Amino acid sequence: MLDDIAIRIRQNIGLVTAVLLFSILYLLYNLAHPKGFSSAVLVQNGDEIFALAMLAMAQTVPVLASGLDLSVGAVMTMVGCFASYLLTGVAGGTPLHLEIFGLHVGLGTFPGGVGGILLGIVVCLATGALAGFVNGCVVVYGRIQPIIATLATGAIYIGIALFLRPTPGGKIDEDLNWALTNSLGDFAATLHIFDDGAASWFAPVAWIPVPFVLLVLIALLVWVPFRRSVLGRAVYAVGSAEGAAYMSGLPIERAKIAAFTLAGFFAGCGGLFLAIQTSSGNADIPQAGAYTLNSIASVVIGGTSLLGGTGSAIGSIFGAMVLRVISFFFRIFDIAPLLQPLFEGLILLAAVSIGALGVLRVKNTLELFR
Amino acid sequence: MSSASLSISRDDRPILIAALFILVILVAGTVYTFARFGSAPLLSPTYLLQQLQIGAFLGIVAAGMMMVILIAQIDLSVPWTLAAAAMMATSIGGPLAIPVGLGVGLLVGLVNGIGVAYLRVPSMIFTLGVNAVMRGLMVAHTGGYAPQTAATDLMRMLAGDRTLGIPNALFVWAAVSVLVTIILQRTALGRYVYAIGNKEAAAYLAGVDTRRITVICFVLCGVAAALAGVLLAGYSTKAYQGMGDAYLLPSIAAVVIGGTNILGGRGRYLGTLIGVVLIVLLNSVLSIMDMPEAGRQVIYGLVIIFMLLVYGRGERVTS
Repeated sequence: MLDDIAIRIRQNIGLVTAVLLFSILYLLYNLAHPKGFSSAVLVQNGDEIFALAMLAMAQTVPVLASGLDLSVGAVMTMVGCFASYLLTGVAGGTPLHLEIFGLHVGLGTFPGGVGGILLGIVVCLATGALAGFVNGCVVVYGRIQPIIATLATGAIYIGIALFLRPTPGGKIDEDLNWALTNSLGDFAATLHIFDDGAASWFAPVAWIPVPFVLLVLIALLVWVPFRRSVLGRAVYAVGSAEGAAYMSGLPIERAKIAAFTLAGFFAGCGGLFLAIQTSSGNADIPQAGAYTLNSIASVVIGGTSLLGGTGSAIGSIFGAMVLRVISFFFRIFDIAPLLQPLFEGLILLAAVSIGALGVLRVKNTLELFR
Repeated sequence: MSSASLSISRDDRPILIAALFILVILVAGTVYTFARFGSAPLLSPTYLLQQLQIGAFLGIVAAGMMMVILIAQIDLSVPWTLAAAAMMATSIGGPLAIPVGLGVGLLVGLVNGIGVAYLRVPSMIFTLGVNAVMRGLMVAHTGGYAPQTAATDLMRMLAGDRTLGIPNALFVWAAVSVLVTIILQRTALGRYVYAIGNKEAAAYLAGVDTRRITVICFVLCGVAAALAGVLLAGYSTKAYQGMGDAYLLPSIAAVVIGGTNILGGRGRYLGTLIGVVLIVLLNSVLSIMDMPEAGRQVIYGLVIIFMLLVYGRGERVTS
């Protein structure tokens, strides 16, 4: 029994390290914070973590199939720009039109109200998944290396985002913003359920931030079933040995397309939340790039190998949280804003270098070249 | 396929097609300007030289990037290596400006190379970290503002002035190009670079000190980025925040459009040169057309995908 646990820990050493690192850092953070261990701090942190956590999950799936998706930040930005048109929640609906080459094309009215908001959310997530599906098709049927294919499609998605929002703007329904970026209690109060969140049985969970609940729900309802499906297993198999996976009759093409589609969906979730949180759409190219690069860093800190085949999206969530908590510390310890980028970089370098010290123990140099 | 095209080697095909595509861009751009303004600026040598002068910075970055891509690695630290070199060069000033700038690039390349070759950290993540550190150092150094220091006269002369009507930056680019071509085609180092890109374990077993070669490639890439930074500072008379951000992805795109395999081991420098010219001309045609940023990004992405669909497709994995 103990042996079993030891083996499992050794197999998931990356995940265990990330979880431990996060737990220690977050405990220290709350101890140092004047309002530590309160719902308010938790809510604020949850809002700041969610988008990056989703992008880290998004990045994980193609990485497991030994591909890299450089377009996750672009998909996030594009979906956010769509959301800033579709989630206004204006009662009479939002008239949509297209200005292209000087032509004015009316696209009808997107419904408003609660139904419209729900429809808008579905459309936004579908847009993200579609973008990912296109990535997958370019990689699989175009047989172009994922790095360079997603670099190109990422430029296209940023272009679409810029077309939608040349300048930051748009609007998101205030109730939606309030309900999703606060605690469960506020969520219930906004939706007028559970006696406006005052029901006695509801009180013990009312302090939990909604972003955390969403994160857990998405991980449990989307990632875990995928991981256990034939396609999910095929993604792992493709990442560890594509030739062997092919010879075993696994659907490698479908697995790759599924991996990129799921990445697009997760990135779409991140973009949707970011738009809801900021109540606007913004085609911010540097921000998209920063999110893409941070998603790769989160994946590595979360214990997923960039070579593919080992790791999990859950680890990447913790990787993203470690990255974010580090920046929370800057606020606590009052580190000059000018020095923050330097510390972020040094910590990232230190984290990956310490993880790499294992190479010093390798006796046969040939083992280094994989 | 005719026998003529069959005799073209696998490495030459991308170069020929990219060169053809450059012609297509020139013709399409000229037709557009002729129909709209009744003039053909794209065919005037002055305009082309001016565009190539701006392209020289990208060309030098791409030359270094190619060395790293050929050994199946990537250098994401280029943007802030470039900016750091420019900022250090302008703040030191005097005759030492250029050596100090290049020294910054050498140092960054050395750190990158050691991390990738000896610690075996994936280059994707290690150079990303180095980029963040360089950005942090420069933000701390400049206080987050554009540095007030100016480029030295020599830097301005190298990047902005002309000799015999040809911009000096083009001579620097040409010198870098000749150097890289000689390294890749005429030296043992070049052979090793291709060998490592094809299979590092095999190169190691054949007696190549693969880790040292990896470090050298990263150093060359760092120095190239630094040189571009120093020149760019000379061209715009000063260094500024984020001056390197616009060079990372286009340099990778130029290398790949030129037919270099992103997985390393294959590709010729001539292709990278053509790739840079293609991107520079595409950019200038799009700006003549007054294309908004949104359209530019879309066209940019479509061109990369199109070019790779024509000649950059991988092989189906079947065993």
